[in-house]
Amino acid sequence: MSDETANQGIPAPQGTADIIETEYEIGQDNVDGSVGPFGYDIHNPVFLVSGAAVVAFVFFTLALPEQADAIFKAMFNFTTQNFDWFLIGSANIVLIFALLLVVSPYGSIRLGGSTAKPDYTYAGWFSMLFAAGMGIGLMFYGVSEPLTHFSTSAGGTALDGDMRTDWAPLGGALDDQAASIRLGMAATIFHWGLHPWAIYATVALALALFTYNKGLPLTIRSAFYPIFGDRIWGWPGHVIDILAVFATLFGLATSLGFGATQANAGLNELFGVPMGNTTEVILISAITAVALISVLRGLDGGVKILSEVNMGLAGLLALFTLIVGPTAFLISFFWDSLKAYVEFLPALANPFGREDVNFSQGWTAFYWAWWISWSPFVGMFIARVSRGRTVREFIICVLLIPSFVCVMWMSIFGGTAIHQVIADNFSGAQDAELPLQLFKMLGELPLASITSFIGIVLVIVFFVTSSDSGSLVIDTITAGGKVDAPATQRVFWCIFEGAVAIALLIGGGLAALQSMVISTGLLFTVVLLVMCYCIFRGLQSERAEGK
Amino acid sequence: MPLFGEQRDMNMYKHIMVPVDLAHIDKSETALVVVADLAKLYDAIVTYVAITSNVPGPIAHNPEEFAHKLANFAKAQGDQRGHRTAAHSVVSPDPAVDLDKKLAGTVDEIGADLIVMSTHIPNMADMLLPSHGGALARHTGASVFLVRTH
Repeated sequence: MSDETANQGIPAPQGTADIIETEYEIGQDNVDGSVGPFGYDIHNPVFLVSGAAVVAFVFFTLALPEQADAIFKAMFNFTTQNFDWFLIGSANIVLIFALLLVVSPYGSIRLGGSTAKPDYTYAGWFSMLFAAGMGIGLMFYGVSEPLTHFSTSAGGTALDGDMRTDWAPLGGALDDQAASIRLGMAATIFHWGLHPWAIYATVALALALFTYNKGLPLTIRSAFYPIFGDRIWGWPGHVIDILAVFATLFGLATSLGFGATQANAGLNELFGVPMGNTTEVILISAITAVALISVLRGLDGGVKILSEVNMGLAGLLALFTLIVGPTAFLISFFWDSLKAYVEFLPALANPFGREDVNFSQGWTAFYWAWWISWSPFVGMFIARVSRGRTVREFIICVLLIPSFVCVMWMSIFGGTAIHQVIADNFSGAQDAELPLQLFKMLGELPLASITSFIGIVLVIVFFVTSSDSGSLVIDTITAGGKVDAPATQRVFWCIFEGAVAIALLIGGGLAALQSMVISTGLLFTVVLLVMCYCIFRGLQSERAEGK
Repeated sequence: MPLFGEQRDMNMYKHIMVPVDLAHIDKSETALVVVADLAKLYDAIVTYVAITSNVPGPIAHNPEEFAHKLANFAKAQGDQRGHRTAAHSVVSPDPAVDLDKKLAGTVDEIGADLIVMSTHIPNMADMLLPSHGGALARHTGASVFLVRTH
């Protein structure tokens, strides 16, 4: 894309949006220079404080593992048990807000100004946002979650005094197989469908709007300009950005650690690769090395290509499973699941007076806090690749289409696994450990060694894209919103993520830090609700300008 | 013997491309002087090329504003140094990495036959990330004149 201009008669910028006039100059707080031959251009104090805080937390977790575990677990339990209503209610508000934007007149506002052209094709754009948002999770929970909710629903409810001790969603469906399947699928889709994507879409829209239309730097703090005004360039903004870096880095590092454990389990099952720290450290190092190459190839040459390849492979795997699996069953299963989702949605999303405390706190509140703590990272990455789309197009593509794809994915993989249980009496997938359930399910289908291998490749490449896009996001935030800072900074963050993951893997503490990351989700929930208000204000001013 | 000899082709170069970084233009002063001399010698047009990201940066809030500023810069250079100028801005979603590729593509796009640009003295980092001037010389058929910055 280029814009040729001549010396004279340059038209005034057309189609630009309602820029916020601020004295702040992007990069004014940055410190630049070089360490030896390598250049840097970093925000002061966001880079140093967030980097130092991460190192301090890793040391604390490794030096005092029991205390750290106890503190972080207590924070986690406090969040999901006392604020489940707040998390569930807030996610509902965010979803309704996003859906209203689609049908409102604000839907026609274009991100980047009225004449902005999209940077990416639909295929490239969708692949990247999907790979960053959920890719890896679907590989592991696509089989496991439908099976789990199906089983707990069929198990019905159990009481200890007045307290429900079972994990069934809502009232369960004791000994009713058909009803258990419907409830189980509704519960699964609930956690992977509209709500999480609405959370991502809202954060991404806030960032895209205030960056592309308002001219503010691409950092999380910019979305809060309507509330804080120019104070956002001071400590209120620093704190928001530091928190975002913190959540992103620990979210990535813990996922990288767990992912390596899971990929190791898959490789062990398929090829007998030994289980243990050595293999996992090698896996993390290899994933980080590939991510480094991808990082140095940039958005177009790295993460975009990998995302497209992975989406193609994932699509093939789903198609293969659909064709060689119980095809007719899966097709009706898909529609039944979708209908069940719509039917149970109001009850599952109800934040108050829930009797299914284990499910609503242990699953739903956990998931909501997890998606919300990932939202700065995924939202910022989606914003980075979404210039040129209208608000309506943006919400439809970031909220509705991914939700629909998740329903398809869960129906195909979960449906096949459930069919194996109810029609073939095969409980291999159901009885297996979580990382192996996908492979056990594929093992019952033809060409199992090939499809399982593709499964492992998908897992690993999804990790590479996460590590790559995470490095881009952290680098941008810690460079004060500059996207042209020296590429060596991305290399630094990419290696840093891998190093933190390895330290936590060897020293223990992955679970503890994951609990802490989820606890930060509560804080970000407040941030998310404020963002909805800021988006509204921002869109209002765009409309007022007639743009 | 005159510096350029009797056989000098006055039209040896018709279109000179000058990649510039508007944020650090002070570092390109030597190259800007050199290119002005060459442009006048060969009566060539000088196109100033700059890459911008699609997000707000220190120079501009958006690509349109960036193009406008680059055009103003080109015009000011022409007025100050007395040669014909044009401006060409290129938008990249990821300029930190895409710069070399985008510059090489621009050479063909605008039909430049000589590139003049500032470059730093080689260092260790070039082994990992080659200098932009070096990368451009490898990927284009046009002549490349690298002017050292100190």
